[in-house]
Amino acid sequence: MSFKQAKWNEPLIFERSKPGKIGFTLLEPTEEEKKLAGNIIEVVPKNLLRENSPELPEVSEVEVVRHYVRLSQQNYGVDLGIYPLGSCTMKYTPKITDVIINNPKLRDLHPYQDEELTQGILQILYELSNYFAEILGMDKVSLQPAAGAHGEYTGVMIMRAYHALNGELDKRTDVIVPDSAHGTNPANTAMAGFKTVVVPSAEDGTVDLKALKAVAGEHTAGFMLTNPNTLGVFERNVMEIAEIIHDAGGLVYYDGANLNAILGKARPGDMGFDIAHINAHKTFSTPHGGGGPGAGPVGVKKELEKFLPVPTVEFDGKKYYLDYNKPYSIGKVRGFYGNIAVLVRAYAYILLMGPEGLKRVAELSVLNANYAIRKVLKAKGYMLPYKPENLRKHEGVVSAKQMMDETGVRALNVSKRLLDLGVHAPTNYFPLIVPEALMIEPTETESKETLDELINAFIKISGEAYSNPQVVLDAPVNTTVDMVDDVKASHPKTMRLSWRMLKKHGEPK
Amino acid sequence: MLKELGLKSIDDLFTDIPEKIKFKGKLNIPGPLSELEVKRKVAKLLEKNVSSMDVPVFLGAGVWPHYVPAVVDAIVGRAELATSYTPYQAEVSQGILQAQFEYQSMICELTGMDVANASMYDWATSLGEAALMASRLTKKTEVIIPHFIHPERKAVLKLMVEPAKMKIIEVNQDRETGQINLEDLKGKTSKNTAAIYIENPSYLGFLEEKAKEIGEIAHENEAFYIVGVDPTSLGLLKAPGDYGADIVVGEGQPLGNSMNYGGPLLGIFACKEEFVRQMPGRIIGLTTTKKQNQRAFCMALQTREQYIRREKATSSICTNEALCAVAAAVYLSLLGPKGLKRLGEIIMTKSAYTMKRLKEVSGIKTPLFKAVHFKEFTVNFDEAGKTALEVHKKLLKEGVHGGKIIKEEFPELGETALYCVTEVHLKEDIDKLVDSLKKVLEA
Repeated sequence: MSFKQAKWNEPLIFERSKPGKIGFTLLEPTEEEKKLAGNIIEVVPKNLLRENSPELPEVSEVEVVRHYVRLSQQNYGVDLGIYPLGSCTMKYTPKITDVIINNPKLRDLHPYQDEELTQGILQILYELSNYFAEILGMDKVSLQPAAGAHGEYTGVMIMRAYHALNGELDKRTDVIVPDSAHGTNPANTAMAGFKTVVVPSAEDGTVDLKALKAVAGEHTAGFMLTNPNTLGVFERNVMEIAEIIHDAGGLVYYDGANLNAILGKARPGDMGFDIAHINAHKTFSTPHGGGGPGAGPVGVKKELEKFLPVPTVEFDGKKYYLDYNKPYSIGKVRGFYGNIAVLVRAYAYILLMGPEGLKRVAELSVLNANYAIRKVLKAKGYMLPYKPENLRKHEGVVSAKQMMDETGVRALNVSKRLLDLGVHAPTNYFPLIVPEALMIEPTETESKETLDELINAFIKISGEAYSNPQVVLDAPVNTTVDMVDDVKASHPKTMRLSWRMLKKHGEPK
Repeated sequence: MLKELGLKSIDDLFTDIPEKIKFKGKLNIPGPLSELEVKRKVAKLLEKNVSSMDVPVFLGAGVWPHYVPAVVDAIVGRAELATSYTPYQAEVSQGILQAQFEYQSMICELTGMDVANASMYDWATSLGEAALMASRLTKKTEVIIPHFIHPERKAVLKLMVEPAKMKIIEVNQDRETGQINLEDLKGKTSKNTAAIYIENPSYLGFLEEKAKEIGEIAHENEAFYIVGVDPTSLGLLKAPGDYGADIVVGEGQPLGNSMNYGGPLLGIFACKEEFVRQMPGRIIGLTTTKKQNQRAFCMALQTREQYIRREKATSSICTNEALCAVAAAVYLSLLGPKGLKRLGEIIMTKSAYTMKRLKEVSGIKTPLFKAVHFKEFTVNFDEAGKTALEVHKKLLKEGVHGGKIIKEEFPELGETALYCVTEVHLKEDIDKLVDSLKKVLEA
């Protein structure tokens, strides 16, 4: 396979602008409407009328289309090839889900419409929240959070409400997270007003129980864990962990970023977790859209149900309705009810897969990850820290430290060279406890043949690193642009964050 | 593949999960269904809905019906964009990066700010983040908000600022005109004020005429001035940056995104350059490549973000509403400055037409406030001797969905609903509303 990404040298759309052009014709009001309305501009106070038009581009319809289609050609997605970005679960999205959400009965539905007119969507949301609860092993799910980190935020705010109701919020100041945790865990801990306490990982990459026992106590509000963890290692002591935290009076939170590995195989609710979120855009195959929208439903055990955000979707045996009557609810974490169009895709995905299909997802994702990692490790320079002989689940974190020490080729360079070879790179430099980390998650939707292409790319790069490292250090050369200067992008003197800043300060030099 | 791993069966891959927590049953979910069955099942369920394409719906209040040009769908449907992740590998992701940079730039043009982020979840969370940002920068803890604020935005704000021990103070608005009472505002603003927040147009649709003076009160007290906007007004109305705003938030859904029963939405967040290091969310920057020194794009100021900064991050947001932002960029490119201005004029014309026609109906008072309204306006039924709910239910029978009943939110406004009219409401839709209301109220 050879790869050369499109390169159009496409200017900013502002630079295509020519005064007088327009790309869309609005429907004008009728003469009667205009006549009765009168001159509406005259009634607007002068101080509120815009004097200078906003400097938006003036371009024709076809120019808009070509500009953005060209940009799309300068972008890599799952539909072009493997995207083994660890902890991101970049699986293929069945195309039928594009088709079913393109329906005016969904798109043109207003969230405040009378429930008589929205029974269809409410039924979908009600059923979906039940499916998610079943998959998580939780009792009730809220579909409101907009993203995984937002689900976490909701979960930690539920922890806060729980301790507040028990009159212990002043005392319970700490949320414990492992050193391998996603950055969102400590960030949400802070947003919820808690202090983050970090526990180290043991030799096998799992939570060090002794260290956990040492920090758990009367100050503990809760513990956040993803299982399998970010090393791809299953936390086999999860029940003991939960017991330690519960004995201390805290709640245990499941970060659902890595749920793909255990779908239908094990459930957070059965492992002692009290709260769990789902990343619909990871596990349930909704496309990530270059950064969103996603959806981050959050599930809880029975005793925490009363804290879920309002409204929840309920069914009284005859009709579906939105229930705001929850006096202990944390309130609202966003406007309206959730990223509905994303959730309907997840609903369709679950129906397509069924219980056996979801279990198969976990099996194949784990098989693919272990196969890819084992094979990559055969090449010189790659190591698997934390007991390499142990199985990984859906992902694994390979270290290129040896390669760096011996050849000067870093994980970053390996990644850039992978791009040259037509595959997306793994996640770099995460988790922080692995030096020169390459976090590989192939997902279940890749065939053996595609995995072999990825593996061969890793092997080829190893060979290059030890024979002609400059090829790797010079990468990428087949992508739209060569290596991007991200330091310049953030430096006060060269930072250009908008067209307006670019015009004011000139091209970054 | 199993053989290569030295394993006999798939089960061997799961030996690390202790027996006692293995799930041995079968998940109680339906399926598997074929593609054909899924398509039929979901279509059949959605068929139960009655949408704004089936009957005229006069709802707004945070999500608004607007026409989405076909070009927008064609672009955001491009698999190269839709199936990509957050652009961690910039060299292979220039398309989404440039599109997001253009979105940020257009938001800056609309709002009069220097920088905008690549999106927040929605207006409500943008507001919460803006209050937190103002508090971080001023080291003060009070935020002043208008009395007539959207209850959902207020609820989200309340949740988000409570852990930071911030206090929310409401400023009075004149019962006649809706305008913020400047004396009350001055009385409530102090050395503890981190920010003053207004919405323009307001939640109830009227414009705030003393926007500049309010900003001055904020700045005299070394507080931030945060302004919430509906971006469809900004081709016609003054940019908040031109009347002193430091941070602008708002809802970008009207820019090329369908309502979708309330999500996904598009939180707008923009500010002045000097504050960018405390800004939440992802920001795309224009830079150069290292070797060829060509223009290129990448994520900038990442040290503010959770995956590097962890508990010291400015926010926990990572997955945002990137593709909705691309839709907004495409939409704004299509309309351009003239189109956006005309859109604002059309919306004002149609809502003015509706208000004037509604005056024909006995028992109706609209709008309740003597002020200029943009897209939304209050309709009061007190004199008709019917509750807003009764009117709503009867209208539904006539095949019209009225506005949002706001009686519980603002009891002092009586039997009132908030109506919304945009460019998608045809004259016959509006006339049908008027005729139906006559029938319902005058019968």
